[in-house]
Amino acid sequence: MSVNSTRRVILGAALAGATFLGSFLPAAAQETIKVGILHSLSGTMAISETTLKDVMLMLIEEQNKKGGLLGKKLEAVVVDPASNWPLFAEKARELIAKDKVSAVFGCWTSVSRKSVLPVFKELNSILFYPVQYEGEESERNVFYTGAAPNQQAIPAVDYLAKEEKVQRWVLAGTDYVYPRTTNKILEAYLKSKGVASEDIMINYTPFGHSDWQTIVSDIKKFGSAGKKTAVVSTINGDANVPFYKELGNQGIKATDIPVVAFSVGEEELAGIDTKPLLGHLAAWNYFQSIKTPENDAFIKQWQAFTKNPKRVTNDPMEAHVIGFAMWVKAVEKAKSTDPDKVIEALPGIEAPNLTGGISKMLPNHHITKPVFIGEIKPDGQFDVVWKTQGLVPGDAWSKELDGSKDLIGDWVEKKCGNFNVKTGKCGGA
Amino acid sequence: MISIARLLRQLVVLTALLISPLAAFAQGADDAFTRLGADSYSDTARAVEMLVTSAHPQAAAIIEALGDGRLLAGGGAVIVKTRDGKLIDAKTGQPVATEPAGLSAVRLNNNVRRVVQAALGGLGLLNPDAGKRIAAAEAVFKSRDVTVLPVLEAAIAKESDAKAKAALRQAQAAILIVKTDAPPFDRLAAVDVLRERGDQEALATLRSLPGDASPALKDAQGRAIAAIEGNLALWRAGQNLWYGLSLGSVLLLAAIGLAITFGVMGVINMAHGEMVMLGAYTTFVVQELIRTSAPGLFDYSLMIAIPAAFLVAGAVGIAIERGVIRFLYGRPLETLLATWGISLILQQAVRTGFGPTNREVGAPNFMSGAFEIGGLAITWNRLWIIVFAGLVFAALLAILKLTPMGLQMRAVTQNRRMASAMGIRTGRIDALTFGLGSGVAGLAGVALSQIDNVSPNLGQSYIIDSFMVVVFGGVGNLWGTLVGAMTLGVANKFLEPYAGAVLGKIALLVFIILFIQKRPRGLFALKGRAVEA
Repeated sequence: MSVNSTRRVILGAALAGATFLGSFLPAAAQETIKVGILHSLSGTMAISETTLKDVMLMLIEEQNKKGGLLGKKLEAVVVDPASNWPLFAEKARELIAKDKVSAVFGCWTSVSRKSVLPVFKELNSILFYPVQYEGEESERNVFYTGAAPNQQAIPAVDYLAKEEKVQRWVLAGTDYVYPRTTNKILEAYLKSKGVASEDIMINYTPFGHSDWQTIVSDIKKFGSAGKKTAVVSTINGDANVPFYKELGNQGIKATDIPVVAFSVGEEELAGIDTKPLLGHLAAWNYFQSIKTPENDAFIKQWQAFTKNPKRVTNDPMEAHVIGFAMWVKAVEKAKSTDPDKVIEALPGIEAPNLTGGISKMLPNHHITKPVFIGEIKPDGQFDVVWKTQGLVPGDAWSKELDGSKDLIGDWVEKKCGNFNVKTGKCGGA
Repeated sequence: MISIARLLRQLVVLTALLISPLAAFAQGADDAFTRLGADSYSDTARAVEMLVTSAHPQAAAIIEALGDGRLLAGGGAVIVKTRDGKLIDAKTGQPVATEPAGLSAVRLNNNVRRVVQAALGGLGLLNPDAGKRIAAAEAVFKSRDVTVLPVLEAAIAKESDAKAKAALRQAQAAILIVKTDAPPFDRLAAVDVLRERGDQEALATLRSLPGDASPALKDAQGRAIAAIEGNLALWRAGQNLWYGLSLGSVLLLAAIGLAITFGVMGVINMAHGEMVMLGAYTTFVVQELIRTSAPGLFDYSLMIAIPAAFLVAGAVGIAIERGVIRFLYGRPLETLLATWGISLILQQAVRTGFGPTNREVGAPNFMSGAFEIGGLAITWNRLWIIVFAGLVFAALLAILKLTPMGLQMRAVTQNRRMASAMGIRTGRIDALTFGLGSGVAGLAGVALSQIDNVSPNLGQSYIIDSFMVVVFGGVGNLWGTLVGAMTLGVANKFLEPYAGAVLGKIALLVFIILFIQKRPRGLFALKGRAVEA
């Protein structure tokens, strides 16, 4: 116990020091529009979030080259919440109250988003959240540019059932809110499609789990029931690498038991030898390998910005690209950065995504996205094997769960995030 | 537009066929080549099936190339790139001098891959190489492609190699199980063949028996499944034991350095995990150097990384001891805080230097894959890690018991002032002991780079487990660490199938807390008159 609390004290002290140094940044000479960037640059989540900070810096620089916004330059304010959830709230407060930013782009894990939510409501600011998440939320101050479950998980399961003829399902995830909710939705969905309970195996592992021997052999055993089996993986972050290594070592090939992952993208694969993973799948709304002029230009720009010709791009980066473009358009439309006016202007705004479509901000503060299924190639990229016809609108509330199937988020007409279409009232079930 | 293009292409192919000597039998193959160029998975899969039935002389080579991603298509041409990089026209088998423009590798998805495997299985059954025949039989076993049956029976009739014959028979049995119009007697015999095979795959095949089978057959299937499951349950216990030992060896590696710095010296070193991480990053750097300057040495990269990681982590350890810890002896709380600060600094330094993303450490050939003993699947990397952990343990024990330095270490830890009075430079011994413990942590990093992420967070996930092992095993006793690590590993793996990974870990922690209440000094408490600092 004491170890833990002393840890926290040190962490706090170290970060206080960092913030203190940060406040000595030179004050801008002319008036600027400030944009907050709230991504962990240290701690466990730095592996994923540092990239998003760099993308935002690049987008802001680009916008300034085009002449800024409303005649003013944009200024990025970067803070480091250090993968520490309570610190996310503190840093968000600092960005909004002290730095007076006009909008914040940030967060990765759901728990960090939940922790900053009260701050954004209280101080009335705007958060753009770029990561696929479990849904079941629609807040006035948050704009969700990542995928809702119906834009990632459900199409992936449909693909496996239809194209790979999968009949038995392993839902494997890390033990926290996103996998638990997603698996709940998937389980309800699979059962509604006539899959029997004994054909679904659900397994949770702790964060950073590294010893996958037992679980992989369990999956192997589960897969030997004479029916085609697939793994739907919501395993998060670092735990994926040892998981895939163990799959490769125990000789589970994608042609026998394919794994479809929702948290494994180009960045994650950059750390593994992908040859044994050939043919395993991922479901995203963007892949680096998709050939469109917009995507080619973006990849080139990103690699030039990071001065690394091998640097990869991934889905949450695209979400920030779309979110930032939408915010810029909304500010131009509202002719102001006042949060109330921008929040009002955002629904209905359209911005091109990098895969050739036009994404639109919906009244429930989610966006429309295409869904792609990609197979892992030997070079760590994905080969798109399937995609949806057109764009899929994001559902804030899952239609599969009893508690939420009657709810919709509508901030345009109903002015609430949990309107019940049955009772005709706001305020949930 | 597309259909016109396709028509034109077919026309071109047709004219080519008229003047080609292969025209006689390539009628089916010709459509296949068009389909291969169509960039559609279903066309590609269909093309493979057509090639198989067309008896095209190049069929096996083409399909094999397709499976390896060496089949190029575009602009009506289909070209096989051989393993040594030569280009061969798939249709004619003639070498191609210059690569035509607009070629790209024919894409595969899992379905096409399965079709390719099945096709290669069918084509490889008569291969002169017995190993290839076995591989082909395995592929047929998985695909259960009924059309292969005649070829399979022919292959069985002329097979002379006992192993290959068994594999072919099993493949035949797998097909007979799903072939409802086969003679009932043959199908019953097939069940027996599968029962003899007795592994997971045999089980899966038996379970895929169609529901409308005769009662006698179903009965036989039920008995075979029960027999295999009973047998497998026994093997699973063995498998769990193996997993436990393998987890235990990882825990041992991570904890044994700590057993020296914490156990022998009494320093609570929160930066221990970061020493492991430094070892893993040293492995990464060594591999990068080898990749760029001497790729031939890659299989030895880990051997080279072992001393390098020991030296790097050891040197950092000595620097920490000389720079910080020696001023804090006897003040455990301050040591804890200071070393934890150091661990944060090291993590962030590595994050800044190498970037926050994972680094790829490759596995040398001898550490990839798995082999089977009976129903026991043993992966090479885990086996080598167990061997490595054993070696490190033995070496450390030898250093402590047999060398003058070990003697001095033990003297200093047992009674510092007396040792000092006997002329031992205690400060130097402290630094060396700490360096040794850190260096061993670096060695653990080399091993962990094979099974875990090489990221700045690598060490964090092991620090708690390491302390747990040392406290459980008994402070200051290497044998205690060994027994502690193995006990925790095996207990964890026997709990996991029943309780799940999360609950299993919690149960283990609760057990240790209770155990420490009963025996505060761990499994193997040091007896005697050790003087407390």
